[in-house]
Order: sequence, then structure tokens, then C-alpha cells
Amino acid sequence: MSESWNLKPGNQTENTLLDVTELALEIAKSFGATMAEMSIGKGQGMSVTVRNGDVETVERNRDKSLAISVYFGHRNGTATTTDFSRSAIESSVRSACNIAKYTEEDEYNGLADVELLATEFPDLDLYHPWELEMEEAIDMALRCESAAFSSDSRVSNTEGASISSHTGIDLYANSHGFRGLSRSSRHSVGCSLIGGEGNDMQRDYWYDSKRDAKDLLTVESVGKEAANRTLRRLGARKIKTGKYPVIYEPSIASSLLGHLVSAISGSSLYRKASFLLDQKGEQIFPDNVRIHEQPHILKASGSSAFDSEGIATSPRDIVNNGVLEDYVLSSYSARKLGLVSTANAGGTHNLTIDSTDGGLDELIRSMGRGLVVSELIGFGVNTVTGDYSRGAFGFWVENGEIQYPVQEFTIAGNLTDMFRGFAAIGSDVDLRGSTRTGSILIDNMTVAGE
Amino acid sequence: MSDHFSVARRLLLEPTGLDDQQIGKTLGLLNGAEIDYADLYFQYSRHESWSLDEGTVKSGSCGIEQGVGIRAVSQDKTGFAYSDEIILPALMDAARAARSIAKSGSDNDIVQIKAHSSEVKRFYPTHNPLDVISDDEKVSLIKEVEQVARDTDQRVSQVSVSLAGVHDVILVVRSNGEMAVDIRPLVRMNVSVIVDSKGRREQGSAGGGGRTDYKCFLENGCAHEYAREAVRQALVNLEAVDTPAGEMNVVLGPGWPGILLHEAIGHGLEGDFNRKGSSVFSGRIGERVASELCTVVDDGTLGGRRGSLSIDDEGEPTQNTVLIEKGILKGYMQDQLNARLMGMQPTGNGRRESYAHLPMPRMTNTYMHSGNHDPEEIIQSIDKGLYAVNFGGGQVDITSGKFVFTASEAYMVEKGKITMPVKGATLIGNGPDVLNRVSMLGNDMKLDSGVGSCGKEGQSVPVGVGQPTMRIDGLTVGGVSL
Repeated sequence: MSESWNLKPGNQTENTLLDVTELALEIAKSFGATMAEMSIGKGQGMSVTVRNGDVETVERNRDKSLAISVYFGHRNGTATTTDFSRSAIESSVRSACNIAKYTEEDEYNGLADVELLATEFPDLDLYHPWELEMEEAIDMALRCESAAFSSDSRVSNTEGASISSHTGIDLYANSHGFRGLSRSSRHSVGCSLIGGEGNDMQRDYWYDSKRDAKDLLTVESVGKEAANRTLRRLGARKIKTGKYPVIYEPSIASSLLGHLVSAISGSSLYRKASFLLDQKGEQIFPDNVRIHEQPHILKASGSSAFDSEGIATSPRDIVNNGVLEDYVLSSYSARKLGLVSTANAGGTHNLTIDSTDGGLDELIRSMGRGLVVSELIGFGVNTVTGDYSRGAFGFWVENGEIQYPVQEFTIAGNLTDMFRGFAAIGSDVDLRGSTRTGSILIDNMTVAGE
Repeated sequence: MSDHFSVARRLLLEPTGLDDQQIGKTLGLLNGAEIDYADLYFQYSRHESWSLDEGTVKSGSCGIEQGVGIRAVSQDKTGFAYSDEIILPALMDAARAARSIAKSGSDNDIVQIKAHSSEVKRFYPTHNPLDVISDDEKVSLIKEVEQVARDTDQRVSQVSVSLAGVHDVILVVRSNGEMAVDIRPLVRMNVSVIVDSKGRREQGSAGGGGRTDYKCFLENGCAHEYAREAVRQALVNLEAVDTPAGEMNVVLGPGWPGILLHEAIGHGLEGDFNRKGSSVFSGRIGERVASELCTVVDDGTLGGRRGSLSIDDEGEPTQNTVLIEKGILKGYMQDQLNARLMGMQPTGNGRRESYAHLPMPRMTNTYMHSGNHDPEEIIQSIDKGLYAVNFGGGQVDITSGKFVFTASEAYMVEKGKITMPVKGATLIGNGPDVLNRVSMLGNDMKLDSGVGSCGKEGQSVPVGVGQPTMRIDGLTVGGVSL
């Protein structure tokens, strides 16, 4: 039978998910699998978008899925299904087993080592359902957009303001007996605006996203910030080709840490597809740089007691005093490299770069002359060689102050040099996502403009 | 035609016991005075993938996704809900959620379900593309391709090969009870290699596919060609020097560099952005937006291409839509909602990633027609510039018109001759401006090999691109050397 849209995840849902995984594990065993693991999730939510003072879309979503992975010795097969009926689960397990027959023996394949599995499950305070009626959500979105329009008459058009709210339950279970359940919520407010007209039109947006709706910025402040960010881009000029220092604003500085993670992740290392090969123990950043994981921060976006293989997470340094201390590994890649998993199957947990200086204004003052970049486009990053070249939008800085907006240019370099060139990390930390960084000042990049 | 309906009914409706009466009842709940349009989108999608890495076929996966997306549209308002359970109570729940955008009540009249009246032209086969060769054959194909890559050059140190296929069956029921069906195969193979020489490592990749089945990789040594091409590209990059930064004349090769059209022009001509006035091309139909050499179309009707569709995700037959003719902006790409609100005709560009996503105007296969020049002549015309042959990816800001895309294989051209390869070249420019700078077009229009995916508002759909060799005067090249 179907469930109602406002079903509150509770013990009943948890029990259903547990029952489904137990059944799937049992079937896998009966088909002769030596090991098996299941990830099951169920989520629901709603979102509304308003545009020009009227509703544009209302959406309700309800999703569920089960991912099945079976091992026959070191052979592996996986299958997914959204149908939790006994017959669908049975047929999915059979498909996974069938695939395992055709894949090859890989001695590094298998479940996480038992001694690494999490045994403690601290409450990380990630689950805060929001009793939000559709009417109320629409009203909030309308107030957000209206605050944006009334803040400045140069806001000429809108792509809308939106409110969304989602909750979910996820369970990971394996044949070592591990059962890890996590409940979580995420609520967001966002606004995207257009300023100017004709050939000088600019678009930008702002948003907030939190586990607990009580922690969200007010919808009015999100609307106003979206307006500020859009209007400050109007009248953008081109920039002369040259070498300049560049400040990345926090919302895009996180991409630099993303490139680091991708270069020191196990799968890049064992394939030798990384510009940071064999750099453990080497200085790759200036000596005041510290980058670390904080998996147990309450209410944070990237918090989790265990990774997607059930391995216990713990706070740890990845870079300290500028030296690469550790890699980012799953069980598989760790075994391949003869190392131990760092509990990063599924990604990093609240990766944080500590600030070394004051806020963005202070970084701009200390830079004196150069660029602030507020948006990046394109995919010109090569993790094998470290070559980096991306399109950008931003602001020209002279005498320690922003002079005017600039566009239609690229910023380029090699990530090895860019990392060594981290001259300052701001205190203006963006806490919305699972990577936490302030603005980052890089001492020297090639800028191609006119 | 009847074959399509029977397959769709067998996979989508029969297992759940859902009948026409119940679908008609759901539509009745959706329909009402304020509702201009509503639809139900049923989808059954079976997919699989195989991959080889480090010399072993170490993983394979498969899955089935099915569900129904329900939408009600009132003027420019859309209500949407979906369910992965195709049963009446779930449909009724979703329908109630979707129609909550309207204040007045439902008709509740049961709508008579009928097959779409006109015969739909089909541009790809209907059989399941995953079953044409056995799992054994899939695994040996992948291993064979790896071996070809390794045998091509001893500097090859890493090879990854992937093979993936989807069998997608969709059934759209519109608010008037009209039902349309499409059965869409899609296969894809990709080879990527790393070459290692004197401590320097570079990568290369190649692949292809389309709306056909796995046998296409076995014909004419097609899969082997991907392997050799990936190695060739990687070896070129071993010799590459830093790209100079600055403005220069650029020649783009034929085929895949057509992503320039997709990014610089295509997105800006999608109906939704133009209705909302957020595109730099808004309100410019009839104006010159390109040099008169340029004619650009979006064509969903090409047989077996990755971006092709017989009908779009709203049941509308696709077509060959002229976007730019001899430099003049002719039309936009439309879905039902935006066409209606703009007083235009739908163009068969209403697409969605799955039943769990809302449709919007998206491209199919976007390409530029050939010109008159011999490609050699175009390169010879360059005194100092860049010749870009292959690209990674690109992105556009449709409001400011600024786009960027990154070359994965490019060369410097000096005095009409290709000199050395360069690495990391990124091209940046302004959409409405760039095609005005097209000064020569080759007679060698080519479509890409079937590798493109396009992302918009978080939804990914397969697309195709194409173009002839093209000279663009004065484009900004982002490089590291000055």
C-alpha cells in the first residue's frame, strides 16, 4: 500500500528498511555469496519555487532505493532496485550474483575489515524534520524574492526564489553483522536574480542550507544577498592578460580542496593518475596550512559516524604545517596500496582548512592589486598533470580595494604551484557544505583576457 | 506502432495491474477548470554497466528503475509529484499533490484513454540493446579493447574501459487521454588511458555509442578504434607544451568541437530562458547573431544518434528545427509549457532525466551545416593561432552569454602550418558574439561519436553535437604561458 505524503520517518520505517536488508542478505547467502552488503535509503521532501511574485512550481518527492553488492570470494557484482517486494529483491540479488560470475577475481575486493567497523554511534544531531505546510513555504519564498526586488531597482528580472525541505533514513548493513542507521534532514532557501538588461545582463544567486530549519538565515537576508551579488557584477569589463594574485571567494575556494582530495584519493594513486603521487610526508602547501577532517561536528553537512562501508570515522589531519600527512582511502584502494582505510568510502567528512588571516576585506587589502574571483565555469582541471585553466567572473582590485567587476577571462596555472602559492586563508568560512573554507589568496596565476 | 504499445503495457502496466480505467480516473482528478495541461509519465528503465580497470573486469552493475511522474500545469504554474510505485493509490496521492497549485476542484470525469492518433516515425530499433550479446561476450570485448590499447604503444601504463547500456521504455498520457510510447535503446563505450614516459604522465580518452545496441562496437573494429584513438591522444599530450594565453585566431576541428555551438548558442535558445527573458538571446528572433556562413539546427530525427528521440518526453514528435539560418536567429527550442506561454509551436524538445524530474526545453542533436572550404585551406589561412581538435567539456552562463570550454587536444598553427601540440587550452568567449567571428567553414561537417551528456538544473540527458572545420577570429585562449 502507498504511504501518505506526510509520513514521519520513525521506528516503523526503520524496521521496514531493516527487514528488507535482512531479507536481501539472507537471499544472497542462499545463492552462495560468501559476503554481501546492502545500502538502503528512503527519503521524502518538498520544494516550491516562486517567480515574479507568483508560484512557479510545487514539487513533492518520495524516493527509495536498495543497492546490493555480493561477493563470491573476491568476485563482485552489484545491482540496484527501487522495488522492495520480495520477488524484486530476489531477482536483483540474482542479477548481482550473475554479474559476479563474469567479473574477475580481484584479491583486494571485499567488505571492510571487521576491526575497523564502527561500534559507537554518537548522535550527531542531523535529523530535524520541519513541519512546513506548502502555503507557508510559498509565503517564505515570496518574501525572499520580494526582499530582493525591494532592495534595489536595478534588479530587473528573476529566476525565482525557492524553499525546500527533505528528510531521509539510510541504512548500511553487511554480512559481518554491521548495521548502521542514519537519519538526516536538509532544508534550504535560495534566490536567483538578474540585473541589468540587453548585453549587460548578469545573473547570480545566494542560498542557505541547514540540517535544522531554525538555523537558516532569514529568507529576507538571502534575497538581499542575492541582489547584492547580482548587482555588483553589472558593468563588467574585460581584463588585460597577465600574471596576478587571485582571491577565491569561499563558495568556490572549496573546489580547490576538491582537487586536492581527488589527487590524494586512493583510486587516483593506485592508477598513478595524480600529480601528487608519492607526496606523503612532503611539503605541498606553505607551512601555515592545515587541512583536516571533522566528522563529528553536530548538525554539520558532512558529519557521519561511519563511512559508506561502515568504517568508524574520526577527526584527522590530512595536511599539517603544509605537509601531506595522509591520503583519502576506501578499503579497496587502501588494500591496493598496502595501507589502511581512512574511512573515506563515499567521500570526506567536513574537510576543513584552518584560516590564517582575517576576512575577505583583509585579504583584499593585503593583496593590494589583483583579482577576486566569485564564480568559475568550465571543467579545465587535469588531476593527472595538475594543469588548471577555468573560466571566471570576478572583480579587479587595486590599492587594496575592489575597483570594478570583470568577466570573460580564464585563470590558469598548475595545481602544484597553486597549492604552494596559498598565501592566506580567510576567516570568512562557508559552513553550508561539507567542505569548510574561507577565501583563499593564491599568490600568482596566469589570467587570460584581452 | 502497436508493437511499441504492447511492450510498454507489458513492462509498465501489466505487472502492477494498473488499467486504462484507473489511468483515466487519475487524469480526472488532475483535470479541472484552472488546469491547462496535465500528464502522467510512466518509465521503466533497465540499465547495466561493466568496467575494466588495472587489467581486470573488477565490477559490473545493473538495475531497474521504474516509476511515474505526475504533473499539472496552470498558466505558468506547475505542480509535480512522483512515485516509484505504479499503483492507483500512489498515483492518486501524487495527482492530488500535483494539482494543489489550483484552488478550484477537480472534474473527476474519467478520461477515455486512446493511442496517439498519428503514426510516429521511429529513429531507432526497439529491441533490448543489452541482450544482443551475452555477458561473456561483453567481458571479452572489454578485455580485447584493453589489449589493443596496450599493444598500440609500450608507453601505455593504465587502461580503463567501460561499457554501459540502457533500455528505456516510456509511456506518456496527456490530459486529453492521448497516449504515446517510446522505446529507447542507448549504449556507450569509453576507453581512457594513461601513458608514461620519462616521468611524465598524460591521459587520453575516446569512445562512442548511440541509440543502437552493443553490436555497433563489434562492427568495423569500432571498439578497437576507440582504444587506438585514446592512446594517440595521450601520446600527443606527452609532447605538448604550455598554451600561450591571450587573444588569437582559432580553428576548431569537425565533429565534437560542436560543443561550442551547444554551449555558446544552444542553451541561450532554449524556450524557458527566453520566455523568462533571462537569456542574452531573448527577443532577438529575426536579428543577425552569426556570420552569414552559419546555419545551425537542432535535429532529433537522426537515425540512431545519441541525442535522437522519436517523441520527446511530453509525447511530441521531434523535428529538425532551424535555430540560425545564414546568420539570422530563426527560432527557439520549445517544450509544451513554454511554447504555449510564448504563443509558439512545440518543437519536440521537452525532455526530462527521468520520471522523477520535470520536463524542460533541452537540445537533441545540435549541429552546424557545412561550408565551402577545404579544411586544409582553413589551417593554411592562419598566420599564428590555435587549432583545437578535441574537447573535454564546456559551460555557459546564459544570462551574460559568457561560455568556456577546454581542449583536450590542440596545436599551435604558425604560418599556415601545424607546429607543436599544446596542453590545457581553454577557450572563453561571448555567445552572441562568437559566431559573428566565424570567417571560414569547412566542407566536412561531422557529428560526434556519441559521447555527449548535457546538464541543466541538475538534470542530465544524452545529446549530440556536430560541425564542420571552423575558423573563428579573435577568441580568448586561456593558457599559462605569456
